Amino acid sequence: MAKSTETPVVVAKDLVAGYLPGVNILNGTNLYANKGELVGIIGPNGAGKSTFLKAIFGLVQVRGGSITLNGDDITGLKANKLVSRGVGFVPQNNNVFPSLTIEENLQMGMFQDSKRFDERLEFVTGIFAELGKRLKQRAGSLSGGERQMVAMSRALMMDPAVLLLDEPSAGLSPARQDEAFIRVSEINKAGVTTIMVEQNARRCLQICDRGYVLDQGKDAYTGTGRELLNDPKVIGLYLGTLGA
Amino acid sequence: MSSNGTSDSPVKSTGLHVGEIKPGVAKKDPILIADGVRRQFGGLTAVDVAHVEIPRHAITALIGPNGAGKTTFFNLLTGFDTPNEGTWSFNGKSLAGVPAFRVARMGLIRTFQLTKALGLLTVMDNMKLGSTQQKGEKLWASVFPFLWKKKDEEIEVQALDLLTRFKLDAKKDDYAASLSGGQRKLLEMARALMTKPELVMLDEPMAGVNPALTQSLLDHILNLKKEGMTVLFVEHDMHMVRHIADWVIVMAEGKVVAEGDPHEVMKNPAVIDAYLGSHQDVDLGAVTGRITLPKMGKEK
Repeated sequence: MAKSTETPVVVAKDLVAGYLPGVNILNGTNLYANKGELVGIIGPNGAGKSTFLKAIFGLVQVRGGSITLNGDDITGLKANKLVSRGVGFVPQNNNVFPSLTIEENLQMGMFQDSKRFDERLEFVTGIFAELGKRLKQRAGSLSGGERQMVAMSRALMMDPAVLLLDEPSAGLSPARQDEAFIRVSEINKAGVTTIMVEQNARRCLQICDRGYVLDQGKDAYTGTGRELLNDPKVIGLYLGTLGA
Repeated sequence: MSSNGTSDSPVKSTGLHVGEIKPGVAKKDPILIADGVRRQFGGLTAVDVAHVEIPRHAITALIGPNGAGKTTFFNLLTGFDTPNEGTWSFNGKSLAGVPAFRVARMGLIRTFQLTKALGLLTVMDNMKLGSTQQKGEKLWASVFPFLWKKKDEEIEVQALDLLTRFKLDAKKDDYAASLSGGQRKLLEMARALMTKPELVMLDEPMAGVNPALTQSLLDHILNLKKEGMTVLFVEHDMHMVRHIADWVIVMAEGKVVAEGDPHEVMKNPAVIDAYLGSHQDVDLGAVTGRITLPKMGKEK
């Protein structure tokens, strides 16, 4: 059910990036996300999934290729510039300010555009109703799943054109994982284009419109979530047969 | 759940318990018994296990939500941490006050959730380090190679054999730091087996391992049972638990809240409520209304 439109929101073309000199983690990765799409990225350990998100968000130096946002080139821009242009990023760990309250965490997410706070708070608490009731609570006292919600909410405060999520289910128990995936789906349904990297591949593909399988820094397979879930090659290489 | 393709479901051990199934139920032949084990960190009681027995020659899974005290319980049982009170015994011998290395020599070995491979040693050296009773370790003996050379060769053969089983033999001369996360998990498990333990305790063996590797990891664990070892493991992957565990112990808030056969335990409403969630066997695409499933219920 890809809600495709004319121009994709994000296009990454032949992306090359890495941390150490001479060692590339991404070796020409391609990806696009249409408006309103939920795109999942899965792949084996060390395939470059997180690096890919970091490269889009300017946290890793891009050595080759290009990234465009709504047609504008954003390759090599710093993270703060990207946020003001409408890219939201939720890191895997350490993604809240533990000594600040939930409300302050959310304010931190939009200090570049603080006038719209009330309006955006309404949107965010529409999705995460329980956070709205606990705005004065310190983020450090929250459980892992709740922190994940705060981190997602903070990224949503800037009304991003695209939301990048790095393993939203990592470290959560099965029930909390399912809850996290359902929330991601709700965010996406509220109109936010979302790109999600996940280790829990089966769950990720179940809710995705389209998915990419990354292998050794390249997009090895792509298709709708359902196609990938049932693709024997993807199952053999990555999904395994156990949870089928 | 079904395991299509490789449809050879492992043979489960049954009849492990005595009497009615309830938390703390007695086992016919327990290898490990913990009684009244409690560990507090300041005001927080991390572990408060009234009584639990681990059945011998079986695969037992320890599951529970984050912060239930599973890893702390592991640490207490293996001498990596000391409880505030309680007794625990392995093969009938009390382990109170026994340091971790001696626990390992007694035949109870563990692995860690975050692997502890020695990165700047080769894979082979990591394996050799796992072996016990190395005569060459002694200062004086070390200068007389004839005393330990034969033993060293035996150890190398054993290590190579294990590495071959875990498909790491091609990497034996590489530094452990160059291995991927999944391969390190395998190395850690192989190294643990160098001591020929009786009870192997695995802390989240599947965490961070790509799903395609899990099948071979599972086969290794099942093989341990075939060879007469006992396995206790912590895991969040319920497919794995259902597939290989003979017995499941559920912890929540430091206590054992349920025990039993995997399929029975996972139907327990308290377990579903506290841990599994209500969507366990459902396609989330359907839950979120992204797809409409055909009438069969769930996809294959």
